[in-house]
Amino acid sequence: MSKGEIVAGCLAPHPPHLVYAENPPQNEPIAEGGWEQLRWGYERLRESLAGVDYDAIVLLSPHWQTYVGTHFLGLPNFKNLSVDPVFPNLFRYHYDLDIDVELAQQIHDRAADAGLAVTMMKNPDFRVDYGAITTGHMFNPSWDKPLVVISSNRSRDYYSVEVMQEMMIELGRVTREAILASGKKVVVIASNSLSHRHFTTESAIPEDMSKEHIASHAMHLWDMRMIEYFRTGQAQRILDEMPEFTEQAIAESDGGGLSWLLSTLDVPTYPGILHGYGTIIGTGNAIVEWPTRNHKEASE
Amino acid sequence: MSDGELIGSYIVPVHPHTVLAPEQNEGWGRLREAYDDAAQRIKESEADLLIIYSTTWPSIIGHQIIADPNPEWVMVDHDFHELGSIPYSFNIDEKFAHDWNKANEKRGLKSRTVAYHGFPIDVGSVVALKLLNPDNAIPAVIVSSNVYANRAETTVLAKACMDVVKATGRKAIAITAMSLSNRMFTKPIEPKDDRIHSLKDDEWNRKILELLGEGRLEDVGQLSRTIHRQIRVNKVVAFKPMWWLSGMNSNRNNLTGKVLAYEALHGAGGAVVHLDPTPSGTGDIEYDEDDVEYFAGERNVLDGDKKENQDFESLDVESISEEPQKNGPALWDPTESKDSVNSAAAPKPVGAYPHARRVGDLLYLSGVGPRQPGTNAIPGGPIHDADGKPLNYDIKAQTQAVVDNITRILEEAGGTIDDVLDVTSFLVDMDRDFQGYNEVWAQTLGQVGPTRTTLAIRALPTPIAVEMKVIAKASKAE
Repeated sequence: MSKGEIVAGCLAPHPPHLVYAENPPQNEPIAEGGWEQLRWGYERLRESLAGVDYDAIVLLSPHWQTYVGTHFLGLPNFKNLSVDPVFPNLFRYHYDLDIDVELAQQIHDRAADAGLAVTMMKNPDFRVDYGAITTGHMFNPSWDKPLVVISSNRSRDYYSVEVMQEMMIELGRVTREAILASGKKVVVIASNSLSHRHFTTESAIPEDMSKEHIASHAMHLWDMRMIEYFRTGQAQRILDEMPEFTEQAIAESDGGGLSWLLSTLDVPTYPGILHGYGTIIGTGNAIVEWPTRNHKEASE
Repeated sequence: MSDGELIGSYIVPVHPHTVLAPEQNEGWGRLREAYDDAAQRIKESEADLLIIYSTTWPSIIGHQIIADPNPEWVMVDHDFHELGSIPYSFNIDEKFAHDWNKANEKRGLKSRTVAYHGFPIDVGSVVALKLLNPDNAIPAVIVSSNVYANRAETTVLAKACMDVVKATGRKAIAITAMSLSNRMFTKPIEPKDDRIHSLKDDEWNRKILELLGEGRLEDVGQLSRTIHRQIRVNKVVAFKPMWWLSGMNSNRNNLTGKVLAYEALHGAGGAVVHLDPTPSGTGDIEYDEDDVEYFAGERNVLDGDKKENQDFESLDVESISEEPQKNGPALWDPTESKDSVNSAAAPKPVGAYPHARRVGDLLYLSGVGPRQPGTNAIPGGPIHDADGKPLNYDIKAQTQAVVDNITRILEEAGGTIDDVLDVTSFLVDMDRDFQGYNEVWAQTLGQVGPTRTTLAIRALPTPIAVEMKVIAKASKAE
């Protein structure tokens, strides 16, 4: 078997507003557009990967929140209706997604060997969280690639950002090992926003872009600081500053996705490509790609 | 219709073990038996409405209320999916949900109803309704836990709910679906090995249950922040349900409490507690957090006004509610003199005068409006915004708040509302407001019987619609 490869790593946020604004046939509500900066960013990400061959997408979603370790979707297919419990007016999506159970099991097994608490989720009635579906749709609307969906272990809630990060770095390490050992070409995605302070009111027309802006200047500064690190290949600084970023920007990195992603990419020292940045109901969201395929020395 | 009331309250655990695996652990079995006991008590109570506040349904855009008359789906827990699936089909009181939503708006809260096919009812609500209302005989309503809500918003949510309960003549049961300590084991365990995660958690849980067993619900509510710091994992929701439940029970400390069970659920503290409104004990209040009738917190953040660029970290509920000059001119400390009567429980004056003055056998009160002491908020809402733009407001809520403030001043003087002899009322909009004002009067001061004169005037110093000038009998000076 040939050696596996991570062809790209992506930060790809999941606010359901993006799917709502796209008006795909799977989603029930109808929108008049909105959040174009981010949707164009997703377009650029898709174009960047259009000619790249890969077998599977490995995605960590902060909205499958688990408190008893890390869980992996463990059945070949999930088909159901996903209704966002927070924004049900925007997201009621009929999904039908395939899982690469073999790769999920391989990551699971290596994580277990490393001492992490892990579980395969095999209940067919389980509804996949809207975060995974939103990012899955925006990244690959045709849903023609199988996914590995990893839950967000809320170890930050139980311990600290530092402990969360230690566990996610370890999970990222074994994820990388499993992918390289699998012989498959894979895209890895962390599905999280940056600063994560929401407005607590919603305009009468949710997609009214005259109402959309970052929640505060402090949040903007933190987002720009992180983006600067993304664009200049300073992943280690992101990990170093993760405790402050997570606390002060109320960042969705608290779910561990960003730490896991950077670890899976072996803490890249090459620049990430910023495909887009925008706010959604006050939160900061960046779409970033690390083109590992162009940095073979670092991706293998 | 009127005279609706809360006829009972329950605290119940959220995890699915009591539905799916009560036989796997003796403690889980005892919790299930307690759930069944509670269901029987509810059945015998002749309740006609179950109101659930669930900590496992977080929301962001204010509070959300289920308004689908018959939500049906299959629930699988995010963590305990291996225990199985829970199909559900519930009987929701759609009209009450909509009425509650409107009542929230009247009290300044942001909320909305939710009625979408396939909406995922949360695990706590599913477990509670499956076990407490197994045959769906009693209609229910479910409200979310707003992640950004603090005590004021959560308390007002309860008061708005009780507005509807009373107005519609319901016999309601309030239920909080929640854990006590919520620290679970972070690895899978064998059912036989389940226990409370730590002795500290256990000690706090037992203290909470001791207070609840004595019916001291408001004490637990006032300890919520401490409890959260001590035994709660920092999930998105804090230990808020006690604020809500206490608000539903008029912040009482003399309920009749009974702990039906207390056990571990994967390390978390699960308890079934029944709180009966029958008075017990003295009910004294040991703490002194302000009561709040109207939520005047974060709002208009999307409207591009001057708040737009404020740091949201500073926009917490307390800082806004306590903004002293939000509703009108600067506030003054009441002037002191030999015969003056001033109350910390009444709103501060807008000039140099006392709340009241005692002269012989009479007490003369300065004009009393509806502003709330401490927060300066106006129940029922201000009549215009800072730019003078007219706003909708509730004259009944304002009038009731005036009467409440009069009562506080009279109590400070050692008297009661029954001492009122003569009232001069001022309304800024006689055509719009006289009827509502008159209705509240009839239910309050009208029962006392003072003489009354009602005048229409152009404006009052603060954005309020009603003010009363009172002369009352004076109790003997101390």
